[in-house]
Amino acid sequence: MALLELQGISKNFGAIQALDNVDLRLDPGEVLGLMGDNGAGKSTLVKIMAGNFPPSGGEIRLADEAVHFHKPVEAREKGIEVVYQDLALCDNLTAAANVFLGREIKLRFGPLKILDYKRMYDRAGQLFAELKSETRPRDLVKQMSGGQRQAVAIARTRLRDCKIILMDEPTAAISVRQVAEVLDLIRRLRDQGIAIILISHRMPDVFAVADRVSVLRRGRKVADKTTKESSPEEVTGLITGAIQSA
Amino acid sequence: MTDTTQNAAGAMDERLRQVSIWKKLLNRPELGAVAGTVLVFVFFGLVAANSGMFSSKGIITFLEVSAQLGILAVFASLLMIAGEFDLSVGSMIGFAGVAIAIPAAVWGVPIWLAIIFAFVLAVLVGYVNGLIVVRSGLPSFIVTLAGLFILRGLTIGLTREITGRTQVSGLKQLSEGDPIAWLFAGDWFGFLFANNPTVNGIPASIFWWLALTALATWVLLRTPFGNWIFASGGDKLAARNVGVPVNSVKILLFIGTACAATLFAAIQVLDAGSADTNRGLLKEFEAIIAVVIGGTLLTGGYGSAIGAAFGALIFGTVQMGIFFTGVNTDWFKVFVGVMMLIAVLFNNYVRKKVTEAR
Ligand SMILES: Nc1ncnc2c1ncn2[C@@H]1O[C@H](COP(=O)(O)OP(=O)(O)O)[C@@H](O)[C@H]1O
Ligand SMILES: [Mg+2]
Repeated sequence: MALLELQGISKNFGAIQALDNVDLRLDPGEVLGLMGDNGAGKSTLVKIMAGNFPPSGGEIRLADEAVHFHKPVEAREKGIEVVYQDLALCDNLTAAANVFLGREIKLRFGPLKILDYKRMYDRAGQLFAELKSETRPRDLVKQMSGGQRQAVAIARTRLRDCKIILMDEPTAAISVRQVAEVLDLIRRLRDQGIAIILISHRMPDVFAVADRVSVLRRGRKVADKTTKESSPEEVTGLITGAIQSA
Repeated sequence: MTDTTQNAAGAMDERLRQVSIWKKLLNRPELGAVAGTVLVFVFFGLVAANSGMFSSKGIITFLEVSAQLGILAVFASLLMIAGEFDLSVGSMIGFAGVAIAIPAAVWGVPIWLAIIFAFVLAVLVGYVNGLIVVRSGLPSFIVTLAGLFILRGLTIGLTREITGRTQVSGLKQLSEGDPIAWLFAGDWFGFLFANNPTVNGIPASIFWWLALTALATWVLLRTPFGNWIFASGGDKLAARNVGVPVNSVKILLFIGTACAATLFAAIQVLDAGSADTNRGLLKEFEAIIAVVIGGTLLTGGYGSAIGAAFGALIFGTVQMGIFFTGVNTDWFKVFVGVMMLIAVLFNNYVRKKVTEAR
């Protein structure tokens, strides 16, 4: 049984058809690489799975049950965490505040609930350490490097047990060493049984960690095969259109 | 050998810590307003020392003016941190004033009930303002500018329709014996001034100002809702993605500014014993000036309620100080404009320094 299954998903933005009848499945404990050129519709697909907007047509099934997300929190409550391509961080808040935004740790005084800064700083520090990032919990995100921002966005997905993590270009804006850390993290998460959809432009990244690769071209899915049966050359051809489909 | 290294490390730590405390201080939005307050007091302390400005009565006078503006400014600062403006608060003051006065003076409704009625209307006005802003995505500047005209027009139109005039008086007698009127217009702790015939006590508005500033600061810095206010003003999409109810936060804060205007109106109407359809004129701008002097960014996401309270204190002190020193009060507006410009330039400069220092 598929963990997550998209059936015939379409999405129009006015006259632009960003997605056209896309099927996609994600099995438990699997890393799926989602590839495609700029504008192919990858981020749109992620945002549909994440509940940012509804599809124009088609169905999302989670563990064989149809789901309709009206907002991102609903997807998260079903165990789907997201690392957005633009990272979706509040620049004016600290790293820790961003990690916990919307799920703050609170101290209770009778009916009053106040922020437990100490525990949030400590926990955020732990998460950054696990990600091998030198991000400091108290620093403002505004003043951070691409890698540190990435760590904040990823740390946010680790707050609660989840089943699926969608990562939209998590390696696009970071250093070579940090890329290795992120790929390592993806392997560790998979070993914990979390299924991951990794969107990336970087062929080596996908072939390093993905079990299967799906290719989108101009809003249509043109290939879906295991990485073992495919090759970077074939995928490049599928992305550009040199190979029609596979 | 080991000793010296340890000492050196200790000294390093010490310096790091000092730098970070200094930086923390610079990083506080209200720094400029606090410095400005000190300057203003030193200035008038020198210039107006013998004018009676710093007698008990004088102090209470400028604190009361500051307090009334401060009540508006504190709520305006919360809304501005969340990235929105409310230009309708001045008109809301006039509207709320007659919403208290007409039922009480014309229809014989008890004062306490009339006040509750005005607050209910305020909640409604704030809700509608907020709803239009979040639903339409239009700048709140425009939406509440419309509100400014609509509310003022309604106030004048309805009052003239009902009473034939633009003033409603006679509330002084009515509020005597009212169970809640003292909350707004009373003088508290009169016994402290038993041997000072010029002072009846400390006006209630001053306590409202202090309490609301403390409450707003606590909410901003200690509660999840405060976090959400900053997040809504910082990046509303990012905030919404992680489950912050951005629209509800903003609507609640619009209700907050409308209620602050109503509190202001209740204080003034009960104090003066009458309502005037022109009350609150330009208060929206005075509130924004106080908030900006207090270090809150017009773009949202950064600011402080304490800063706004200090901004109001500067505003009220200068206004009354100019009065006490006998300078022609025509110059007050020039002073306010220049002061705001200096405050904005100063805050801008400090913020740049802080970000560079990292
Ligand atoms: N919110 C939107 N409104 C209008 N068009 C959009 C929107 N989001 C994406 N698009 C369009 O949809 C297409 C797919 O975009 P996207 O999913 O971001 O591609 P990718 O992530 O694969 O680069 C592009 O043509 C893009 O311009
Ligand atoms: Mg994209």
